[in-house]
Amino acid sequence: MKRKLSIIITILMIGMLGVIVSGLTFGDPVDHPMDRYFIENSQEESGANNVVTAVLFDYRGFDTLGEAAVLFTAALGASLIFRKRRDD
Amino acid sequence: MMENVVIRTVSRLAVPFIQIFALYVIVHGASGAGGGFQGGVVFAASFILMIIAFGMPNVRRRIDNRGIMWLSVIGIAIYAGIGFLALLMGGNFLEYAAIEAALGIPHLHGILIDLVEAGIGIAVMAAMVSIIFDIAGNGEESS
Repeated sequence: MKRKLSIIITILMIGMLGVIVSGLTFGDPVDHPMDRYFIENSQEESGANNVVTAVLFDYRGFDTLGEAAVLFTAALGASLIFRKRRDD
Repeated sequence: MMENVVIRTVSRLAVPFIQIFALYVIVHGASGAGGGFQGGVVFAASFILMIIAFGMPNVRRRIDNRGIMWLSVIGIAIYAGIGFLALLMGGNFLEYAAIEAALGIPHLHGILIDLVEAGIGIAVMAAMVSIIFDIAGNGEESS
């Protein structure tokens, strides 16, 4: 009985999610002057042919450094928790 | 350890190609589709394939935990070091144009981005392999 109820609730939740998501508008981003600026000027300003790289490593270089530090911290945390020590 | 000739032979053939492709993806960061994060993960995948095919002790004999952690630190240090180099040359932190102007070498900007990508690739590869090393254990009890 409880199992049936949980299945019904799950189906209802998925249906509600579908109704909500189908109402949203995707693929219709607002045009912003910043977009055109990056496309037109990133090659001369950053020296990278790839606009994504120019944004990621030049305009947002500080952010990417933080991302790398986050990855390093994740590896450090996994080491701290899972590494087997010799003495125990 | 299960002996499987097919898996071992195919991995032995595939691993160098995967690593070459990973280096290609890293180097192509500034000029095409690619980058340090993606290439680093592909490089780590080659190590994971080696762990699956040859077992953890065989891979650990080549790279140990200490070396992997050092690689991770070196990767981030390359990135931050280039940032501080720009600071030293009189620009802002990570302002590659300041290094290019101070040294007077043309197109240095893109080369510096490539260097930074290489650092990111090393750091990501080392972080992934380190996590696998720690979670998968020593490989004595299984495979």
